[in-house]
Amino acid sequence: MTEPPSLGRDDVAHVARLARLALGEDELETFTNQLARVIEHARDVAALDVEGVPPTTHALPVCNVLRADDPRPGLDHEEVLAAAPATEDGRFKVPRIVGEAP
Amino acid sequence: MTPIAAGSALDVARAVRGGERTARSVTEAALEAIAAREPELHAFLHVAADEARVAADAVDDALRAGRDPGPLAGVPVALKDNLCTRGIPTTCASKILEGWRPPYDATVVVRLREAGAIVVGKTNLDEFAMGSSTENSCKGPTYHPIDPTRVPGGSSGGSAAAVGAGLVPLALGSDTGGSVRQPAALCGTVGMKPTYGLVSRYGLVAFASSLDQIGPFAGSVADAALLLEVIAGHDPLDSTSLDHPVPQVGRSLDAGVEGMRVGLVDELVNDIAPDVARRVREAAEELAKAGAVVEEIAVPEMRLGLSAYYLIAPAEASSNLARYDGVRYGLRVEAPDVAAMNVATRTAGFGPEVKRRIMLGTYALSAGYYDAYYGKAQRARTLIVRALDRAYERFDVLLGATAPSTAFAVGERTADPLTMYMSDVCTIPSNLAGHPAMSVPFGIGDDGLPVGVQVLAPALGEERMFQVAAALERAAGARWR
Repeated sequence: MTEPPSLGRDDVAHVARLARLALGEDELETFTNQLARVIEHARDVAALDVEGVPPTTHALPVCNVLRADDPRPGLDHEEVLAAAPATEDGRFKVPRIVGEAP
Repeated sequence: MTPIAAGSALDVARAVRGGERTARSVTEAALEAIAAREPELHAFLHVAADEARVAADAVDDALRAGRDPGPLAGVPVALKDNLCTRGIPTTCASKILEGWRPPYDATVVVRLREAGAIVVGKTNLDEFAMGSSTENSCKGPTYHPIDPTRVPGGSSGGSAAAVGAGLVPLALGSDTGGSVRQPAALCGTVGMKPTYGLVSRYGLVAFASSLDQIGPFAGSVADAALLLEVIAGHDPLDSTSLDHPVPQVGRSLDAGVEGMRVGLVDELVNDIAPDVARRVREAAEELAKAGAVVEEIAVPEMRLGLSAYYLIAPAEASSNLARYDGVRYGLRVEAPDVAAMNVATRTAGFGPEVKRRIMLGTYALSAGYYDAYYGKAQRARTLIVRALDRAYERFDVLLGATAPSTAFAVGERTADPLTMYMSDVCTIPSNLAGHPAMSVPFGIGDDGLPVGVQVLAPALGEERMFQVAAALERAAGARWR
């Protein structure tokens, strides 16, 4: 069995980018140390031989739950928009999208 | 600790329905009790005094008109602030939701109102329910109702402290890895996590969807049963809601434990504080004295729970919390383009523990690590479920500690997240398995603070679990009162 991967500073910087979080140098250092300890602890699970054991994604078995496609009232449009940081013409308003970095 | 509004939820509802007290007078008493203790406790993030008075008057009007307001008539209830309340702020103790007023009520809130309960306010929690001490709140910690230098536990620490201090007879919390049971144990209240799917999660702000369940806090097992019966039941608005009859947990409380098979779990007694372990063994002895067949059992797979949980829950959280993007509700920090706005908003809006969990979950799910961590954790979850299934072939319920120690000092475990995570070690297995479990106060530790004993049961085994919990409550009463 191969050794479970450990977590380093580059990993934290990478996942922070994926999760859209900006970290300062100090935070990067602190988070790396803290998360590395959690991942280190998780080696008991990572090192398990679970060949042939199916994953549990859900505690109790559930099948697809369907309902009749009947129209029904949704949330109040005005009430929902009132909670938004910015709106225009009854819609959510966001800053520029086109031209952004990926 | 002065009792609220006086007495148990059952007593309050009986008095209000019988016309001996008005819902309004009970509500005023609760609001006064809250105002008196809040400066030292900080259990509440929002006290909904005006709405509570309106609701109480409606209950009194119904009674005058000859209608029965329901089984919780006039009973003040506090709600953890991750339960959506229409028009009433719901913040999850996060800057990212500050000022948000949901456009709808959670199903449990609707059911409480329909039962005549009075929602008096929203309680403090670890941000997005991520924590075990209520210290991760953007509004500052809640303090223990008996010793203000200690934490009340978490993440539902505000609800636990409010019930523990007698401000309200009932409260709701959410339990993803022990967030109802652990603070209940630390604050000396009853706290219960239902079978996954028994209580609708509609309107509970999602943390880890395969683990989250809403559960009751109460001053007694009977009150917890009353509250569970009100909030449980199928809800078409939650696709994971069980379409199954609600266990009638209130009817067997006096039935005793004669012949009941109780397994004392090694992993939930060993490696914990000796004063807590001693109480758990005493609880087992009391059940044996009452006629239960008590045997020890080892469930070594439970030891995998902590690691599995702290991979699975953050993984689900990293996905659930992607919705806080500054677009539709909550905080927005302006920036020239959408991606920069997302980053600025999330960086300013989330506290450090939430960021840790999001990054941990993103890591566990990311390319190259998914199989090693998340995939293994899900398979470890299967091993835990199978081990518990085997245990329940021999036993009706399992017994152990709820928390590995009594209430710890404010600041004691904040420096190292892993140390804090260890606070959940006894409660996590039931969440991973989707099973019900509850904590019952059983004496005090060497420091004079409450100890909770945990009763665990298989899926939908609530009735027997409450039966055992009630027997423990009686035994504790006989020993110490």
